[in-house]
Amino acid sequence: MVDYSKEFEAIAKAYEASGGNPNDLFDKKTASLVVSHHKILFQNSIPGVNISGEEIENGVKAKIVVKPGTMVKYPVHLCFGVIPAEGVQKIVSEFDIGEGAKVNFIAHCSFPNAIKLRHIMDSKIRVGRNAEMNYAETHYHGKDGGIEVLPVTKAIVEEGGKLRSEFKLIKGAVGKLDLDYEGTLEKNAVCEFDTKVYGKGDDRVLVKESLFLNGENSRGLAKSRIVATDRCVSEVIGEAVGNAPNARGHVDCVEIIKGKEARVSAVPKLLVVDDRAKLTHEAAIGSVDKKQVETLMARGLDEDEAVDVVVKGMLR
Amino acid sequence: MLNLTNIELTINCKKILHDLNLEVRKGEIHSILGANGTGKSTLSSVIMGLNGYQVKGGQILLDGEDITNLPIHERAKRGITLGWQEPARFEGLTVGEYLRISNKFSRDGFLSPRECLLKVGLAPELYIGRAVDGTLSGGERKRIELASVLAMKPKLAILDEPDSGIDSLSIDHIVDVIKTFSRTGSAVLLITHHEEVAAIADRASSLCDGTVVKTGEPVAVAKFFRNHCEECPHVNKPAEEVIHNG
Repeated sequence: MVDYSKEFEAIAKAYEASGGNPNDLFDKKTASLVVSHHKILFQNSIPGVNISGEEIENGVKAKIVVKPGTMVKYPVHLCFGVIPAEGVQKIVSEFDIGEGAKVNFIAHCSFPNAIKLRHIMDSKIRVGRNAEMNYAETHYHGKDGGIEVLPVTKAIVEEGGKLRSEFKLIKGAVGKLDLDYEGTLEKNAVCEFDTKVYGKGDDRVLVKESLFLNGENSRGLAKSRIVATDRCVSEVIGEAVGNAPNARGHVDCVEIIKGKEARVSAVPKLLVVDDRAKLTHEAAIGSVDKKQVETLMARGLDEDEAVDVVVKGMLR
Repeated sequence: MLNLTNIELTINCKKILHDLNLEVRKGEIHSILGANGTGKSTLSSVIMGLNGYQVKGGQILLDGEDITNLPIHERAKRGITLGWQEPARFEGLTVGEYLRISNKFSRDGFLSPRECLLKVGLAPELYIGRAVDGTLSGGERKRIELASVLAMKPKLAILDEPDSGIDSLSIDHIVDVIKTFSRTGSAVLLITHHEEVAAIADRASSLCDGTVVKTGEPVAVAKFFRNHCEECPHVNKPAEEVIHNG
């Protein structure tokens, strides 16, 4: 029998540092999955929510099924961490949310000691008819930035379904982030992607959020909030394709640059195929809004403090 | 308390303010009247020291101290603040947090965020946790701006058209709030287009073409404004006689 107690303890600490409550992870009334490197430390299914994990080479494969009509009372907790400084962690996940079900996920990814680490997330999501899934993923990285984070999500939101997905990486160094989220929407479906990243040092940030509005009256939002400081380079691609009558899509990007060597860019890609669809985009990239800063300075904050308040609010 | 002497401001080679003299006394409400484009909002930016509004000539004294070249936050710490005509919006910053920032630099005790919201007619339980962002209406945002200025208990509150975009039923409430400033010892420099709001002032000044052309009793200044400025034939270039003989 392998003793995982020390690993439990380390992962729980990292989870706490990323903003989670370790007690939630091991609470029997909540569905959860705890993965350290490529080992499953803990998994718990509850009535209506089945989590099945399997260890694979360099990672874990997990299937999460929420039965049709299930209203999941407590958020499902997912915890993925790597304590050693080097290695690869690959998480292949499949989320299947049954018709009419409603579920919230809270995911924490912790890599406190990363120096040469790759974290690959390969997710498939199906949100069934009239189902609702909210997914919030928060990362906690160490200061070294020796990590590559490669999250890829392909989501299908069926008729009347709703998917809201938030990705947040604001603590510690980003390292290299290459995020690629794609949502395909059927009739009356809603999908929102919201990415928040604070890049520092030599971080590289590439965010791509794509919405394929294939169903009549489908609604999509691709939102990103990026702060690039020091020598960080950031690029955001917000894509929306209007393929159906009355489909509405919006790409909303704000990137703030702080530091002479940082670089930010935004590329909206909008394609309307059906002449009754409508897509919009807005992007504000560059320095912090002058009026916001001056307003806070007129209340007594100095310029650095004012910028800090604006940035922290935006990334919240 | 606040004395502006011979203020000159040039932007892009154009004189925006010139020979401007103004005194705001301790605890008084001083309203500023003037047609669009005469320099009212520019004046408030100059007093607050906003970027791009550093004066080319003249002096600004607060309680005898020369603040002409001080940055915005140093002026704020000395007791000057500004309520914007079109207040900024902040993603992710709650109303409570916004008001607490003002509290941090308030003088001799302060009103809590809750008290400030009540004073501007907003129910704290509905607003304190809301973000100061685009989900607020223009009127709500303006009231929160007033609450934020109140929370500072400033020596001088510059209020740039606090009554614009506010429904007529709520104007009385805004007037009460402005009087509250005065009651708590703050002076108010009040920029407004509403004569009934301007009338609550202790004194008033009228601006034309970037300079003060009349200072005195609010009623007299309002009359002067109606007679000389409402249909100004000089398109913000007042005849010399308006300045010298008005």
